[in-house]
Amino acid sequence: MIDFTIPEDIQQQRKLFELVAKDVMRPYSRYYDEHEHEIPWEYVNRMWPVMKMEWARRVMKAQQELAGERKEKKSSGKKYHFNLQLVFMVEMLSWGDAGIYLCTPGPALAGFAIDAAGTPEQKVRFLKRFAEGDPKWGAMAITEPGAGSDVSSISTTAVRDGDEWVINGEKIFITNGWLSLEASDGLVVVWATVDKSAGRAGIKSFVVPAGTPGVKVTKREYKLGIRASDTAALVFEDCRIPADNILGNPEVEKRDKKAGFKAAMVTFDTSRPVVAASALGIGRAAIEFVKEKLAEQGIDIPYNLPKHKLTAVQRDVLQMEAMHKMAWLLTLRAAAMSDERLPNALEASMAKVKAGKAVTWITQKAVEILGPLGYSTEYLAEKWMRDAKINDIFEGTGQINTLIVARRILGYSSRELK
Amino acid sequence: MLSFTPSEEQQMLIDTLHKFADTEMRAKAHECDEAGEVPQSLVDTGWEMGLIPASIPEEYGGFGEEYSILTGVLALEELAWGDLSIALHILTPSLFATPVLLEGTDAQKQEYLPRFCEESFYPATAAFVEPLFQFDPYTMKTTATRDGDMYVLNGEKAYVPLADRAEAMLVYANENGSTQAFIVPRNTQGVTIGQREKLMGLRALPMYRVTFDQVTIPAANKLGGEAGADFHRLLAYMRVATAAAAVGVARASFEYARDYAKERVQFGEPIAHRQSIAFMLAEMAIDIDGLRLMTWEAAWKLDRGEDATREAYLAKLTADDVAVEVTDRGVQILGGYGYIREYPVERWLRNGRGIATLEGLVLI
Repeated sequence: MIDFTIPEDIQQQRKLFELVAKDVMRPYSRYYDEHEHEIPWEYVNRMWPVMKMEWARRVMKAQQELAGERKEKKSSGKKYHFNLQLVFMVEMLSWGDAGIYLCTPGPALAGFAIDAAGTPEQKVRFLKRFAEGDPKWGAMAITEPGAGSDVSSISTTAVRDGDEWVINGEKIFITNGWLSLEASDGLVVVWATVDKSAGRAGIKSFVVPAGTPGVKVTKREYKLGIRASDTAALVFEDCRIPADNILGNPEVEKRDKKAGFKAAMVTFDTSRPVVAASALGIGRAAIEFVKEKLAEQGIDIPYNLPKHKLTAVQRDVLQMEAMHKMAWLLTLRAAAMSDERLPNALEASMAKVKAGKAVTWITQKAVEILGPLGYSTEYLAEKWMRDAKINDIFEGTGQINTLIVARRILGYSSRELK
Repeated sequence: MLSFTPSEEQQMLIDTLHKFADTEMRAKAHECDEAGEVPQSLVDTGWEMGLIPASIPEEYGGFGEEYSILTGVLALEELAWGDLSIALHILTPSLFATPVLLEGTDAQKQEYLPRFCEESFYPATAAFVEPLFQFDPYTMKTTATRDGDMYVLNGEKAYVPLADRAEAMLVYANENGSTQAFIVPRNTQGVTIGQREKLMGLRALPMYRVTFDQVTIPAANKLGGEAGADFHRLLAYMRVATAAAAVGVARASFEYARDYAKERVQFGEPIAHRQSIAFMLAEMAIDIDGLRLMTWEAAWKLDRGEDATREAYLAKLTADDVAVEVTDRGVQILGGYGYIREYPVERWLRNGRGIATLEGLVLI
């Protein structure tokens, strides 16, 4: 059935996150934007109890599996809409502040990877820390100086030595890299190759907890936007981890199978709608602010005038709203498909492409419409434009995602369409 | 809860209409566009599918299904995918029947709805658009003036589908600053069917200029009676329907261009291997899916009796652009062939361009 009803529990949660955004994000947006590399503790401390509970639940489930009390089973019949919940949560928190949102304590992508690919023993071992004690962070380290869009060309190596893996390499642009390894007792999931000649099939994920000798944060970036977010460079030099810190199968599968790599890439199908949602939260903030300021000038946005009667500004704002709505509906669709366990690579990429483009345009337009005060740091509009830009870049650039959409609609492999 | 899959019944309807669109409409579309007419046999086949009687209550002779604009949108997409002109021709009677169904008095429903449940095509239409450079549905130049227990209509309408053969016409006019609709039967004095429109596209749908010179009708012919009709609501339905038509036309263009690009070899490989072409197609696909979702959301809200003014407006605004941008890309991808009338893409561009102009001309 075609149904746009938002589940009641999500509507309620959304209100709670709106309070978080208004209490501990917006009032500090400008501060953390101007004090890059400081930790937004107001937000972190507010969110940590919530995140701890969520991960405690997952750890308990893993503990039960470990004790043989429970089998990994499919959805129990109760409507479980995790991806949809995530998308709504992220949208609202990003509406608050997209940079501060990225400082949400918890294992984040690293946690999802461990929860998806780890054994019950690994889940308990690695995730327990996120269910107790002080705030901690997790990070996912994929990108390298020579490997951005071309993920399969990563050259960080993992070499088996006795009952250890030895990791060597360099990672850059790692969100929460410093927070995970130096500011807290967290961990990083690192993508490394066990056999460069095997290409994608040789790429595996390894868990590197904070305090492991041989890994250092070498740089914390200064950025155009999302300045509150920790973006770090890591160097691994003979970094030794236990052999059972590898996630999934250590075997290098046959070249054409690449199931392990595919499994890793599948996480992008879940994370792309989330990034789209973050972008659209920023977009919504910009649209609402512009409309508020225009209304103060006596300019309202009508939904019933023919185009020739619209002022240029009204036309622009309507365009902003239309683009935003389209991107948001595409994002909801991708998330709903994840929840229905339907393959959604095409839809996830579509959402990401549209959202990235939409908010880049929306936030730039907002600054333009707001004139000299839009350009001023007295208001957050200029910050939102700077924050928005990253969404067309990370988690797969707009170009890469367009390529993915193109390949899917044409039925082409990466060999046929480059 | 949030879900984007048509129901089984809806899917059956989509499949049936798609078959009709693919086998019957597509086969005749070029010929109809060139000739400027749709053969009556094709109109009759369309009529036999019973789209209009489906939602008319049994007491008026219909099948009595609950009216759903969302289901209508699904149907309209397939028909427009087949051919927009032929689709609008088959659906012209809806321009009269649907507003009566949604906003008519019991007497008006009783009088008119049964006519749409007969075996043969009942030509009825609506007069909405005006021949101005800047037309505004909220401030129409055609006027309706109350005179005792009559209304007097004056003005000129354009783009009136099948006006030459319509048994009844729903005329939208300005009554004291608000737009209302008035039922004008065929042969009412003062109504002159003028010249046929010659438009860039939609050439298979005969549309006419119609002038109203002191056209006098009973007050009981005002849609909705004394209270009148909720024009905002009707306009929302029309906008949603127009957006659905845009999705159909755009999708036709996209699919054709995609298939062509995979076949057409230049420089040793299909042109679909080139990013410039592939990216155009990707963007077309995204906009089509996005527009479809916007249309569905607005339709879903209307079915629930909720105000969908904003959603319908934004969907129509987007449809106006997507219809042209996508069909333009369709021509572009076909290169020189895209410019030749033997290939459908140029017709889809000409028809697609009509979407922005088609205020009030699409309903289901």
